[in-house]
Amino acid sequence: MTSPRIYLDHNATSPLREESKEAVVAAFQLVGNPSSVHSFGREARRAVETAREAVAALVGASPANVVFTSGATEANNLALGAAGERRLLTSAVEHPSVLEAAGAERLPVDEQGLVDLTVLQARLEGCEEPAFVSVMLANNETGVVQPIAEIAGLVRAAGGLLHCDAVQAVGRLPVDMAGLGVDYLSLSSHKLGGPKGAGALIVLEGAPLVAQQLGGGQERRLRAGTENVPAIAGFGAACRVIDRGFVESETLGRWRDRFEDKLLAIAPETRVFSREAARLANTSCFANPFLPAETQLIALDLAGIAVSSGSACSSGKVSASHVLLAMGAEPALAGSALRVSLGWNSREADLDCFLEAWGRLYKANTEQRRAS
Amino acid sequence: MVSTGSDGLAQVIYLDNQATTRTDPRVVEAMLPFFGERFGNPHSVDHAYGNDAETAVEAAREDVAALIGAEAREIVFTSGATESNNLAIKGAARFRKAERPQVVTLATEHKCVLESVARLEREGHEVTVLGVDRDGLVDLAALEQAVTERTAVVSIMAANNEIGVIQPLAEIGALGRARGAYFHSDAAQALGKIPLDVNAMQIDLLSISGHKLYGPKGVGALYVRRRPRVRLEPMMDGGGQERGLRSGTLAPALCVGLGMACRVAAEDMAEEARRITALRDRLVERLREGAGPLTINGAMDHRLEGNLNVAFDGVPAHALIEALPQLALSTGSACTSASVEPSYVLRALGVEEATAARSLRLSIGRFNTVEEIDEAGRLLVAAVTRLRQSQIVAAQ
Repeated sequence: MTSPRIYLDHNATSPLREESKEAVVAAFQLVGNPSSVHSFGREARRAVETAREAVAALVGASPANVVFTSGATEANNLALGAAGERRLLTSAVEHPSVLEAAGAERLPVDEQGLVDLTVLQARLEGCEEPAFVSVMLANNETGVVQPIAEIAGLVRAAGGLLHCDAVQAVGRLPVDMAGLGVDYLSLSSHKLGGPKGAGALIVLEGAPLVAQQLGGGQERRLRAGTENVPAIAGFGAACRVIDRGFVESETLGRWRDRFEDKLLAIAPETRVFSREAARLANTSCFANPFLPAETQLIALDLAGIAVSSGSACSSGKVSASHVLLAMGAEPALAGSALRVSLGWNSREADLDCFLEAWGRLYKANTEQRRAS
Repeated sequence: MVSTGSDGLAQVIYLDNQATTRTDPRVVEAMLPFFGERFGNPHSVDHAYGNDAETAVEAAREDVAALIGAEAREIVFTSGATESNNLAIKGAARFRKAERPQVVTLATEHKCVLESVARLEREGHEVTVLGVDRDGLVDLAALEQAVTERTAVVSIMAANNEIGVIQPLAEIGALGRARGAYFHSDAAQALGKIPLDVNAMQIDLLSISGHKLYGPKGVGALYVRRRPRVRLEPMMDGGGQERGLRSGTLAPALCVGLGMACRVAAEDMAEEARRITALRDRLVERLREGAGPLTINGAMDHRLEGNLNVAFDGVPAHALIEALPQLALSTGSACTSASVEPSYVLRALGVEEATAARSLRLSIGRFNTVEEIDEAGRLLVAAVTRLRQSQIVAAQ
């Protein structure tokens, strides 16, 4: 890539934080297999265990609770594999790695994208056996934050198990495993400034788990395969440098709010999704009825601005976002939605560039509509 | 190659290249931009960052395919050979269960193959685990008997991780094809060491590891034949990446690293094999001269050039390892390093338990030098001699 570009797609992936990149590069100098007992192996093992401590500390868990995986998709699949014969309840706005699980029943959400707790309560009461529930902490498209602690209260009272996909939330919000009351928590390295190829499932003591990837006895027999030492080291380093005061999030939130005000000033008919609910500070998802997503993406890409029309895994497909449809958005409006997501190296000027390019497109479109 | 020294071990010679290899500097170099400005998500098709990452992944896919005579679209990237083996065996067996409920494999396969097969057995599949001969080779007559029209998949590794023995892949491929059974081969150890051609050998599924090939850990691949079409049940639900066979965001840095490792292997394989064969033969000669009597486990003539699995008479392997902190070597698979049981691979060859407990795996790789091999030979001879003498003294 040649020209300088503006990256506003941190919910798809974030660039590596410097400390993480350094840890990855250093770990490529380690030769050993962490399972080997010789000095090379022990060095590699140390890198993995140091990272395990950092990951656990970020979410208030114990290192013994951390199972490293190849990423969040694997972590989610590993968690849901523990559902066994239990009834599997999930929200309609989950990531496909949860939503597509066999037998998953989707709980409806309101127009802000929040899980309907009354429906959850009724479903839990309707289950003969304790259920397995999976609800994400923050949504990848709208950034809406689910009331996980309340959900955990309901699930616990019903004797069920709760998995929470915290991929988008960790690093952006304070996340405390015990405070949330969940049994399983999925994390992704590359969404919080670490490398791709590492993730983790945090599993509370006593919660059932069935290994899916079988082989050597790595990760306490819960996930076989030689550990991805550099990616795990980079994951740990990224966790270590996350500001526990979340000052970065506050700043991003101020920028995001100003950005949305300006956007609405340009085009008042624009709908900003989940704006009335608690949201990730870095995320803005909106749709303008006059501008199809495709038109916007082409114009913005030409202007050197990277945003997304939805979650990256499904952006190859033309279908409207299942998240926005579940929130009751008209299919045409959902098909116009754009997601702007900020991260650790964003500047407020990036949003101004976006507004300038988008404003031009909007103006041209308005004139075209008036002319026709 | 020396340990980086945080143990205070300045000069440890790495002879455990079958557990993992140093990432080749050329591979690290190729990956670095993807940990920096080329950080895009390859599945973000909406912008230049994503397109750039996708282009890099697809170029790497071509490099991987080229090394085994496959087409790029037959390559599925995974997190490593363990995942590839799980996906190939469980995926094929589950997809074909109704018509073909049986799975055939060897007793000397890697743990992840045997564990996958054990899981299938619990799910109601019929499992046949064949033995091997004294050399570690499959008995083709027994295989011919075992593989029928009811066999979903035959999984036989290309080269063994403990004894380096290379199986007759083309013969197995022909046999599988004749019965309509998929032939899966775990080539984690063999790829880049011996020529592999999925068409000439009639291989339907082939597992590839990055870190056994001087590439990065955390990445591997599964070759999945398109003609005749091989169908698998995926292991993970999700975004539907890798043509629906393997969901999850690909790591472009790691894919590019694997691609580069394959390119380097394609260029250097023949020359490297000659060099490493010479190093191994030199070591064997030194050991026979100075540390005999000894036994070499597994066939010498169907063997990876870097592998030596050797038992020194009268010297327990763990004692030798303890006596030689200057050498990084192992008793067998790293995955089972913590285990005190004698190797199941050696036991399958009919190696007596006492000999198995004396067996060491020395694996020589790209970065070992003649000086290191000579030094390792000297150290081994001295330690074996010392340990034998101390045993004689103890016996008196």
